[in-house]
Amino acid sequence: MTTTLIADRPVDVDAEGFLTDPAQWDEDLARAIAADNGIPELSDRHWLVVRFMRDRYLEKGAAPSIRSLGKESGVPVKELYELFPKGPAKLAAKIGGIPKPRGCI
Amino acid sequence: MTRKQIAILGGGTGGTMVANRLSRRLGLDEAEIHVVDVDNDHVYQPGLLFVPFGLADVGEIVRPRRRQLRHGITFHEDEVATVWPDRSEVLLAGGAVLPYDVLVVATGARLQPEETDGLTGPGWNERVFTFYTPQGAEGLRSALEEFKGGRLVVNLVDLPIKCPVAPLEFAFLADWYLHECATRNRTQLVFTTPLDGAFTAPVASERLASLITEKEIELVTEFNACEVDGVGGKLTAYDGRKLDFDLLVTVPLHGGASFVERSPGLGDALGFVTTDKQTLQATVQPNVFALGDATDLPTSKAGSVTHFEADVLVENVVRLLTNRELASGYDGHANCFVETGFHHALMLDFNYETEPVPGRFPAAVGLPLLRESRLNHLSKLAFQWIYWHALLPGRPLPGIGPRMPTRGKELDLAHHA
Repeated sequence: MTTTLIADRPVDVDAEGFLTDPAQWDEDLARAIAADNGIPELSDRHWLVVRFMRDRYLEKGAAPSIRSLGKESGVPVKELYELFPKGPAKLAAKIGGIPKPRGCI
Repeated sequence: MTRKQIAILGGGTGGTMVANRLSRRLGLDEAEIHVVDVDNDHVYQPGLLFVPFGLADVGEIVRPRRRQLRHGITFHEDEVATVWPDRSEVLLAGGAVLPYDVLVVATGARLQPEETDGLTGPGWNERVFTFYTPQGAEGLRSALEEFKGGRLVVNLVDLPIKCPVAPLEFAFLADWYLHECATRNRTQLVFTTPLDGAFTAPVASERLASLITEKEIELVTEFNACEVDGVGGKLTAYDGRKLDFDLLVTVPLHGGASFVERSPGLGDALGFVTTDKQTLQATVQPNVFALGDATDLPTSKAGSVTHFEADVLVENVVRLLTNRELASGYDGHANCFVETGFHHALMLDFNYETEPVPGRFPAAVGLPLLRESRLNHLSKLAFQWIYWHALLPGRPLPGIGPRMPTRGKELDLAHHA
């Protein structure tokens, strides 16, 4: 874990740049992380996915899979890939300030 | 005193264990226990992994469900139509209504291969297989016997799945099997995962990533399959990547039992029962509980999880019936063997908070954790006897409690999330 500056503010991140403390997150931080990862502006559809990911993680203790996102967020899987081209689950988690999706091992 | 009515949906690992334990705890004069399942075939599911390699036969891993239940438990071979949590009633497809004081949902997870385009189309069970069903595992055995080399792709479509390590175990065992058949050097063995690595927990990843490279398995990450062409031998991902295969071994999407979606308030969009992660009480009503693969809990869908949950669930059912406060006893504990081929296996032990770390289980003297050993492999094979003769009847396993043991573990290595 290291401390880095995002949106002019110190935050704790892991080796891949995921926030290690979801409580340090806010919307300015989300915009800055998105810009660093090839999304210069977050549309309403981006926000819908990011908020869904974050709320689900905080509620259940695990980030949803792509399939759950597609079924429950209101954004179909094909559109998820248009919004977050490099991989929606990982990128939306990063922007939402939660740990990256993981398996048990 | 009228006897309490306990309805248990599902006669698999969780339902059988809970029925037998409640029957021991409460006795026939205190409780009337009903178990419902759609058929009478109890499959020892860990055995399915071995069937394609000729290491187990389906006949050896299936026993009658009814025979695993203690005397005095009523077994209904019927489908669940709907649960009405507000009325505390279960409607069976055959028309019978089961009123209950306590309901336990243990109906596991259901495979949904039809949710992936083309998966069950032409080529299904010919060059596209899953080993997650007895029929699929047997079909795959024949296909592997005839396999002369080419591209063997092992794919899991998306999480959650039962036994999340099983696809990787399949790849490791396939590597061994093809060596034995002398076709390994003519086979490209490919493993795809929707995650960003074969191992994603930090300590496991540091220690085990070399297994993939040593076995020369081609790893394809962040691959979310959306379409299968079983005739042309192509697997396509949502991001447009395509993989050619001669033989595809896939683990299809999973959902909960279909009645969960028909029962008001019981489950989530995938049909898994929304459940309190510590008490195992369902969120829909206080007199509904759930365990095992049927829940939405953030731990693995695995028999060991179900076993540890059963300890807590049975205690809480008894507490509810006697108007006492529930125990928040479940910590997410999971424990599993991971076959790595060539008669070796790893063991993992973890919970909600602690990722798999090295050490020994269940204490400083015990099986090695996160390290390949022959003893782990032999223990995995021996476990089937324990399953039928100790676990399902509800007998305690000496030295193994529901909570994750910390003794014997190198906990200082764990990365804290």
